[in-house]
Amino acid sequence: MTTNKHIIHGIFGDEVPMMEAIKKLRASGIRIKDVFSPMPVHGLDSLIGIPRTRIAICAFIYGLTGLGLATLMMWYMMISDWPNDVGGKPNWQYYFNIPAFIPITFESTVFCAAHGMALTYFLRCWLVPGAKAKNPDLRTTDDKFLVYLDLNDVQAKTAKIILKENGAEEVNQVKSYVVEPKYTLEETH
Amino acid sequence: MHAESEIRIPLILGNKNYRQITDDIISPIEGKAAKGWYILTSICALCFLWGILCLSYTIGVGVGAWGSNNGVDWAWDITNFVWWIGIGHAGTLISAVLLLFRQKWRMGINRSAEAMTIFAVMCAAIFVLLHTGRPWLDYMLFPLPNQYGSLWPNFNSPLLWDVFAVSTYFTVSLVFWYIGLIPDFGMIRDRVIKPWQKKMYSLLSFGWGGSARHWSRFEEVSLVLAGLSTPLVFSVHSIVSFDFATSVVPGWHTTIFPPYFVAGAVFSGFAMVLTLMLVVRKIYRLESYITIMHIEYMNIVIIVTGSIVGVAYLTELFVAWYSGVEWEQYAFLNRATGPLAWSYWIMMGCNVVSPQLFWFKKIRTSIIATFILSIVVNIGMWFERFVIIVTTLCRTYVPSSWNTYSPTFIDIGIFVGTIGMFGTFFLLFSRFFPVIAQAELKTILKSSGESQKKSTQIHHAHH
Repeated sequence: MTTNKHIIHGIFGDEVPMMEAIKKLRASGIRIKDVFSPMPVHGLDSLIGIPRTRIAICAFIYGLTGLGLATLMMWYMMISDWPNDVGGKPNWQYYFNIPAFIPITFESTVFCAAHGMALTYFLRCWLVPGAKAKNPDLRTTDDKFLVYLDLNDVQAKTAKIILKENGAEEVNQVKSYVVEPKYTLEETH
Repeated sequence: MHAESEIRIPLILGNKNYRQITDDIISPIEGKAAKGWYILTSICALCFLWGILCLSYTIGVGVGAWGSNNGVDWAWDITNFVWWIGIGHAGTLISAVLLLFRQKWRMGINRSAEAMTIFAVMCAAIFVLLHTGRPWLDYMLFPLPNQYGSLWPNFNSPLLWDVFAVSTYFTVSLVFWYIGLIPDFGMIRDRVIKPWQKKMYSLLSFGWGGSARHWSRFEEVSLVLAGLSTPLVFSVHSIVSFDFATSVVPGWHTTIFPPYFVAGAVFSGFAMVLTLMLVVRKIYRLESYITIMHIEYMNIVIIVTGSIVGVAYLTELFVAWYSGVEWEQYAFLNRATGPLAWSYWIMMGCNVVSPQLFWFKKIRTSIIATFILSIVVNIGMWFERFVIIVTTLCRTYVPSSWNTYSPTFIDIGIFVGTIGMFGTFFLLFSRFFPVIAQAELKTILKSSGESQKKSTQIHHAHH
């Protein structure tokens, strides 16, 4: 059996009615595929079921990597490869010199944490030079809030009513398409 | 939604909505540049060009072209380096430290303050790269495998710490700034009509769409970057001060240097932000976003940091006397009464006395007074570095190495050139980039917009 799917854009001029509409959509079991907004809207993530990003954990790991790399580099260059005695302060052991190594260890930790995290962010969101604009409507970077839905016949009907009742300025069905089931009942027999 | 007390002064003046914020921020980009912009940019570009000529001459004949001499081996180069690096600190302070403290007023000024940081660090880099004498060998500052066998830089040296600190600071500030710019470039891309503009801003916006997932990551990344930049900014100027403090030169060898340098950096940086902001808000008519209250808050930061600097000056004098070390005592006596005493008293006047005028509300809320005093503070902070470096090096331990100093026109030319470069870059930025973080600003419109606040007050009165 085939299913009809509909892509619906609910456009709002303000985040407050949009949040109300989203609450009602969720209450009637409708999944929100995405929301496009000109600025971050607080409380939206939990409402549409986006788990908290783990990018800060990545930053921590990159930071530890930077710390390790700096330690290894300074140990190799100053202690192992060519120990020096500068002004009566010899470099025979790493722990002798730890105070002098702290600034660069710190800088390297920050460097790797910040740049590693930034790169992860760019790649995870696919924000790269030449990438196509990801917003389906030009106005969402200006002053409009767009609720993006991808629903079947029954849900689409309810969603449109809920959106309109809660102050959506426009409700556009931008695309409909048919999903073929991967296996029919006959084939599996 | 974030709620704010009714008695707080609004951060966005006038009757604005989301669309009007967009319009106001994009107007310098969409519209034609004013005549003043062309005149200013031309002057700055000419100064920049002059700087490039003096810089090329220095590379050609060596640092003998400068006024630096055998005793005074650091002079205008390092004075200018420390001055520019210090100016940069305000941008990071505004965007990172004020973000961590949830100071919403940062949103009107953080974008251009960060731009200022980046351009200032670029100017600073010119001096350190040039003062090595053979700038084509500057790559040897980094620990790269090389043709000389096991020849590594000395990781015990504060000069090398500085290389790492400044390069980390520059690249991290640049990334922090750019991540914030992406949503605003997206807004411009969706608004402009001219094909070349569309193409340029599409490329710059990296395909930003503003989806909920991206915003949630954006906020997390901004917060973590702020958390990383805050200790970074304190480390940078601390390490710059180590260049002096870890030496055994009287007048430099003091433990007070790191906090005193950081306070001085923030002090001069805020002064430079004010100088630029007062011009930008006038030219681009951004009075609704950079309000008198923003100016007042920045002036309060100037009082605080200026007073810290003043206390540090007095503490230095006290400790020199209390230490009983004659070399140390002479170094400070020489600063205040020696041949270059005029520079010491300019420093004292500009940095200790002038910011205290901001205790008067009339002065700290006056645009003209603020503009003049911000320039006075910047002059004072330049002289602070001049006093620390040149006055000290003129009179070191052995009287036979005593010397005097005067800059050559090449010294002055390179300095004027960096001011020109800074001005040119900032003017280009203000013309083609969004000067205010409009996406962030839209998040506080409901809670801190003037008309929005008024309507909630009326609403409350009805209850």
